[in-house]
Amino acid sequence: MSRFGDYLSEHFETLFRWFTILCAATVLIIMAAMFVNLAWNARLAIGEFGIGFLWSEEWDPALNQYGAFSSIYGTLVSTAIAMVIAVPMSVVIALFLVELAHPTVSKVVGGAIELLAAIPSIIYGMWGLFVFAPFMAETVQPFLQETLGLEKAPLIGRFFSGAPMGIGMLTAGIILALMVLPFITAVMRDVFAMVPPVVKESAYGMGSTTWEVTHKVTLRYGIQGVIGACFLGLGRALGETMAVTFVIGNAHHISASLFDAGNSIASTLANEFAEASEPIYLHSLIYLGLVLLVMTFLIQFAAQWWVRRLKKSMGAGL
Amino acid sequence: MKKASNTRRRELTDLTMRVVSGTASLIGIFFLVWILWTVGKNGIAAFNYDFFTALPTPPGIEGGGLANAIVGTLLITILAALIGVPLGLFTGVYLAEFGRNTRFGGMVRFTINITMGIPSIIVGLFVYTLLVLPFKHFSAYAGAVSLAIIMLPVIARTTEDMLNLVPNSLRESALAIGMPRWRAIVSILFRAARSGLLTGILLAVARVSGETAPLLFTAMNSPYWMRGLAEPTANLTVTIFNYAMSPFDDWKTLAWGASLLIMATVLGVNLLARTLLREKTK
Repeated sequence: MSRFGDYLSEHFETLFRWFTILCAATVLIIMAAMFVNLAWNARLAIGEFGIGFLWSEEWDPALNQYGAFSSIYGTLVSTAIAMVIAVPMSVVIALFLVELAHPTVSKVVGGAIELLAAIPSIIYGMWGLFVFAPFMAETVQPFLQETLGLEKAPLIGRFFSGAPMGIGMLTAGIILALMVLPFITAVMRDVFAMVPPVVKESAYGMGSTTWEVTHKVTLRYGIQGVIGACFLGLGRALGETMAVTFVIGNAHHISASLFDAGNSIASTLANEFAEASEPIYLHSLIYLGLVLLVMTFLIQFAAQWWVRRLKKSMGAGL
Repeated sequence: MKKASNTRRRELTDLTMRVVSGTASLIGIFFLVWILWTVGKNGIAAFNYDFFTALPTPPGIEGGGLANAIVGTLLITILAALIGVPLGLFTGVYLAEFGRNTRFGGMVRFTINITMGIPSIIVGLFVYTLLVLPFKHFSAYAGAVSLAIIMLPVIARTTEDMLNLVPNSLRESALAIGMPRWRAIVSILFRAARSGLLTGILLAVARVSGETAPLLFTAMNSPYWMRGLAEPTANLTVTIFNYAMSPFDDWKTLAWGASLLIMATVLGVNLLARTLLREKTK
């Protein structure tokens, strides 16, 4: 009996080990299956439109003509707006949290910024549609157009033309910025805190001001980490769905004006999936999803590779 | 003379940047308060007895509630946790205990980090092709699977990190008294890392309970009570999406109520998890 017990426990050890290996393997299987499944279920669209899908502008369910360009364009533009706002803001917020604020203040403010990341994206959508978009339409957009005179400005005027409707690329970009801000800030804060005090102190000792230490020493020391943080934020912004769907306007057309309605890959999927009755329509939407998957996969891959290289060159810590 | 003005200019730049960084932090907090306030104010107005107990009514008819969606969200989330937590936990165990320096372990770790950044709508689309298309109907279990896939990497990562924090001497002493490794992991390491593991699980559950995009294509929505797992199931987040986009005011009110309920739950669980972790680090 006891020998049987021994046998079982020995056996159980191996079983347990293989069970954990199996669990770990599911992660790889899921990742691989995502590509295979999406590609297989987009096969009609891939066969019909080929790679030209990426730059074809036409999206007409009535004629069964599908092209991804307006969605890709919207995804890239809204993400670009988000990054242009979120990256500098994250740098100065991280600066505030690490260098300037009293530790207690830093803890409270840092906690509040982190809470922004915990708010579900559909809440951003509700707030964006019912509160922020009207605010943009009534206050911000007229201010940009008239008070600052951007509508008539040479060169950049066309980005700010059109009726101030509130919903559109700019609003979507600002909300996206708010959503990725806490993620970028968190990494930047770690990067700033990782710079050895000796390095900073020697700069202070030479009479540098806090800002000079930050942008000449801290930022340069942590530049790779900062870039890594931006990649992570970028990946998040690209695939964000609900908040964008609520405020981007969902129109399949491309316009230079940031006040105009547009769409993104994710918002097209969320909006039109229920309507896709024809197989080719459904396959085109899944093809669109595959494009987004490849985009985010590449960005994440680059980010991970970058962070990994960073870890090797700087030792542990990040 | 020139030197003095240079110093003044540098100090001025420094002061400006201090003000800018303080202001940026304030802007962040301002938006947080603005969102919390908006949802709180509009959500409270929607809460009444019917909201928690009644089924939704067609637009224009008084007294509808979201009882079925509340139950549906709870059920889908619990089901997702039942699938996602063990998978994530044991993946983390593998990474920390068995595969720390192996090639396979490195590959899994790399993939986990990438999976965390895959948009949730893509996960929904994937589960749609996996569990909805072949069976030809939307279902609660498809919704649960998609949420579980989102939980998995988060839990695996925190489990690995938390187990790595357990000192090696604890492992060695367990093995020295003749414990098999599985026993050492389950009764010693899990116990030592308990609050950290719990935090990871809570954060993952909080995150998925507010997810909408993966449920759009899997659980869908329904105006009725659910009768089984193999049918479209009402849930709060998709209901918010559908109702907010509708032209009916009483539906929009319900959407605000659902928003407050979801937001309060997610933030509540988040704060709870953080308190747990803080107590641990003390």
